[in-house]
Amino acid sequence: MKLKNQAISLDSLDWKILKALQENSKQTYSQVGRKLGVAHSTVYDRIRKMEKNGVIKKWTIDIDHKKIGMNYVTARMTVYTDPKESENVAKALSEAKEVLEVSMSLSEELLIIVKVVARDQDELHSFIAKKVAPLQGVLRIRTSIITKKIKEEKIIIEKK
Amino acid sequence: MTPSSPARILRTLSRENAFYFFTSVGNYTGHRAMSLEEFATKIREVPTASLEFHFYRGDFEKWTAEVLEDSELTKRIRAVKLLEPAGNNLRDQLDFTVSKRLEELKSTE
Repeated sequence: MKLKNQAISLDSLDWKILKALQENSKQTYSQVGRKLGVAHSTVYDRIRKMEKNGVIKKWTIDIDHKKIGMNYVTARMTVYTDPKESENVAKALSEAKEVLEVSMSLSEELLIIVKVVARDQDELHSFIAKKVAPLQGVLRIRTSIITKKIKEEKIIIEKK
Repeated sequence: MTPSSPARILRTLSRENAFYFFTSVGNYTGHRAMSLEEFATKIREVPTASLEFHFYRGDFEKWTAEVLEDSELTKRIRAVKLLEPAGNNLRDQLDFTVSKRLEELKSTE
């Protein structure tokens, strides 16, 4: 693993380990090692280095909220902003507990795209009306409530 | 409860207390009212879909009661509900009700 123009350069084994962990992060170092034909200590060392360098940001779990009776409302919110205020709006949105993702897009105009969750539609509307619309620089907001999810996967990385 | 003074009802509000006009859940039109006077103007400008959305959710009454603290206007908006107006009829009814109340408050200030 080398630093190249601030980006961390991974070798072929690092990529293979990441791919194996993205498919199933619960497998042991030995299982990953066996699959890749290397010692478990090598896998351990590589993972530790990638954690230390921030390549692996965190270990988490993916919960099926429906199965435990938590039917949240998920929505994609597009916030049109005054370009001078967009960074501040994005920062404020990032700090809200209802917000899961914040991205920026510059197509015809500057947009902030936000994934937001709430217990129900009333709570969602209340959050947008009381916490988002009043932010300095917010010009208008379009919100789409997700009614059916067809596919949701994290990207499986491949070695370049 | 003591009625609020005209000056109190007519004050300019903070951004947090302004009324934000939406057309449906989460869809903000970009129009907001930071005083009763602005609210009267916006009623004539916002899409009718926005008036219908807020009117039948009770958002206008909630704002006039809790933020503007105008119990008289709240009572009059509730009375409009009995007529079940829609579209431009709703706009006209609200415009008449709010503008009349605004004039009264301004004349007694």
